[in-house]
Amino acid sequence: MCIKICAEAFDPWQAIQAHQYSAKELAGKFGATAVFIGTMRDFNDGDQVKGMALEYYPGMTEKQLEKIVAEALQQWPVIDVLVVHRVGDILPNEPIVLVAVWTSHRGDAFDASRYIMEALKSRAPFWKKELLESQAERWLVKNTDGYY
Amino acid sequence: MSIKVRYFASLKEALGRSEEHLEFSGLASVGDVWDRANPNKALPDNSLAAVNMDYVELNDPVKDGDEVAFFPPVTGG
Repeated sequence: MCIKICAEAFDPWQAIQAHQYSAKELAGKFGATAVFIGTMRDFNDGDQVKGMALEYYPGMTEKQLEKIVAEALQQWPVIDVLVVHRVGDILPNEPIVLVAVWTSHRGDAFDASRYIMEALKSRAPFWKKELLESQAERWLVKNTDGYY
Repeated sequence: MSIKVRYFASLKEALGRSEEHLEFSGLASVGDVWDRANPNKALPDNSLAAVNMDYVELNDPVKDGDEVAFFPPVTGG
């Protein structure tokens, strides 16, 4: 299991590859990998967005992410999990979050990754402030429900 | 007892400060900590609270040395 808070831009595909190749417990054991990547858009709520500042609560963010991953491990037979989340100043097209889950079978990989992602959205202490094309700054007020 | 109070994101900006230390006598709840730190200012609706980096309710107790945090709904991911 690996949870990372990342202050610099990261390549989620490289992160998955590096993790998978270095995790000895995965070799020959996994049959399914589910990957979710959240990427910054250049529009939101009808406005052009040119950047974003992502704040977090050092310590609590990691603690809550660890809890969320532990909950997923209790519910599904997961072999490995990689969670990477950006903080700091982010530009459109840059990845914000990566959740990758390795399991024996696809159903558990889909379900566990969905669980981790939705729980992260509602419980992990991160906050986004958008910088609009108009130079105005705007805090996001609430995450949308991913199941609607 | 001594309590460290922290604020994040839009709440931190609205209050103009990110953390402070408070001295209390007697037992207190998380809500009491807010009231003491921010007299005559209601905690904004939908705000979340944590003690020692775990989510709590406003009527949960605090103890000496706790870190209490208040912040708006989270918007990561």
